[in-house]
Amino acid sequence: MEKLKRSTKRKLNYFLIEVALIIFSLVMFSPFILAISMSFMEPTEVFSYPPKFFPSSLNLNNYKNALASVPLLRMLLNSLIVASCITMGKLVTGTLAAFAFSAFNFKGKNISFFALFITLFLPAETVMILPLFMIMSKFGWVNTYNALIIPFTASATNTFLFRQHFLTIPTELEDAAKIDGATPMQYFRKILIPLSGPMIAGASIINFVYAWNMYLWPLIITMDDKMKTAQIGVKMLISSEATSNWGVIMAGTLMIAIPTLLLFFLLQDLFVKSLVTSGIKG
Amino acid sequence: MKWGKYTPYLLLIPTFLIIILFIYWPAINSFLLSFYKTSLFGQKKIFVGLQNYLNLFHSESFLEAFKVTLIYICATVVSVIFLGYLVAVLLDNKVVGVKIYRTLIFVPYAISFTIGGALWLFMLNPVAGHVNYFLSRIIGKNINWVIEIPYALISVIIAGIWKMLPYSIIFYLAGLQSISEEVIESAIIDGSNAWQRIWKIKFPMLSPITFYLVIMNIIDAMFESFGIIDIMTRGGPFGSTTTLTYKLYQDAFFFYKTNLAAAESVILFLIMSLITFLYFKFGEKTVSYQ
Repeated sequence: MEKLKRSTKRKLNYFLIEVALIIFSLVMFSPFILAISMSFMEPTEVFSYPPKFFPSSLNLNNYKNALASVPLLRMLLNSLIVASCITMGKLVTGTLAAFAFSAFNFKGKNISFFALFITLFLPAETVMILPLFMIMSKFGWVNTYNALIIPFTASATNTFLFRQHFLTIPTELEDAAKIDGATPMQYFRKILIPLSGPMIAGASIINFVYAWNMYLWPLIITMDDKMKTAQIGVKMLISSEATSNWGVIMAGTLMIAIPTLLLFFLLQDLFVKSLVTSGIKG
Repeated sequence: MKWGKYTPYLLLIPTFLIIILFIYWPAINSFLLSFYKTSLFGQKKIFVGLQNYLNLFHSESFLEAFKVTLIYICATVVSVIFLGYLVAVLLDNKVVGVKIYRTLIFVPYAISFTIGGALWLFMLNPVAGHVNYFLSRIIGKNINWVIEIPYALISVIIAGIWKMLPYSIIFYLAGLQSISEEVIESAIIDGSNAWQRIWKIKFPMLSPITFYLVIMNIIDAMFESFGIIDIMTRGGPFGSTTTLTYKLYQDAFFFYKTNLAAAESVILFLIMSLITFLYFKFGEKTVSYQ
């Protein structure tokens, strides 16, 4: 009897959890569903009252109009270039520095580690926008890829992440490499890096998404539409659609969101795992 | 190259070149600039000491931005922590379809704050959006979300919570999954009920995660939320959604008050340092580690 009571109670609990989760996932996901459905609506449907939940047809006019009203393809290309270069840069600088911190004892190790650590408090793309902008004008880099990429190609978080990982690799491998007469760079290229595959993949995804989603810095450092990144396209779509044609705005917004959404849907487990193990935020 | 003296320095060159040029140098520049006044026309710089800072603390708009930032941070961070933990507890059950719920709930993490702002600007639109439709059905009232005080601030807070929530859920869920079965079983034997286990046993065990999330979310709320605000309200109406970061952006790039903006940068940096200092000073001592 007692057992039966407990099992019905458990079933009821599971049912309530199920319902709560369904409602909550709908709330979290509804902006996407409504945006997708809005992106297929005709201008006349957009402002119908009560608001429609589903478009009457699946025409792609809004997507075409979004591509025509702002140079979205060019901006998507810019974002792809910028995010890929930042990701590559962070991997290269991060693994090299991590190798220095994990495999060597050298004079000034502690102080340089601390100097890198301090940069965690100085997020360049926000706190430093004004002085960084001034330095970019000194370099003549305003409105260039250089300004969008180079300042972000090194980060303390990536270095610490890789250092942590390199420290878990058995020192016997290093000793063996030394005995075989390998140079440090050979050891780095042929042993350390191949043993860090999953770490590199995880860091790449997170760095890429972070760079793709950067907004404030590209907003102030680019003047030409040709140099702007996709995130700026969101703002341009909203201000260029003076009549607030939400169908066009949402179509454009979705196109800008799709690359990172795809990455997330395809690689969710790797995404979540590396986010949690590393705690890096770009 | 030998395994010796110079290798580590060579390895560090790329990283340090970048951080010295693009982090340390601008930081020092900003610090120096904040003690000067530049005349509007011409390159004359006058040393004014702490005048820029005094001006800031006597300026109503700066104090207002400080207040808005504080409200925004408190509202978003508190919601994200408690709601995030509760949802993670729900997701930590083996119910049917939990993988699908997890995916749908995590999605906002993958998009930018800017896109989050655009989606909510649409959702809250008085005509095309669906939120007002439901509201008018339920309470019979239409709200001018992004253009009226205090609803504009509430709008950006809602969008912020929605965008920031998945990050906390992801961390709490990982934490919950790492708590050993034995701890939970012994708590069940001790006669605790589910609610007590959630708040009195599991939540304190995850306090390192909570502490980490509070810090990370404060940083997000302070800086990354710029995207949401710029898209949804542009700091308005009447500065009611102008946070410190938004004010820095306006002063530096619209009003060209370079020296004042430099002082604002330094203050933002000091706030950042204080938060991080607190984290390392108290975080590791007072929280429980397994």
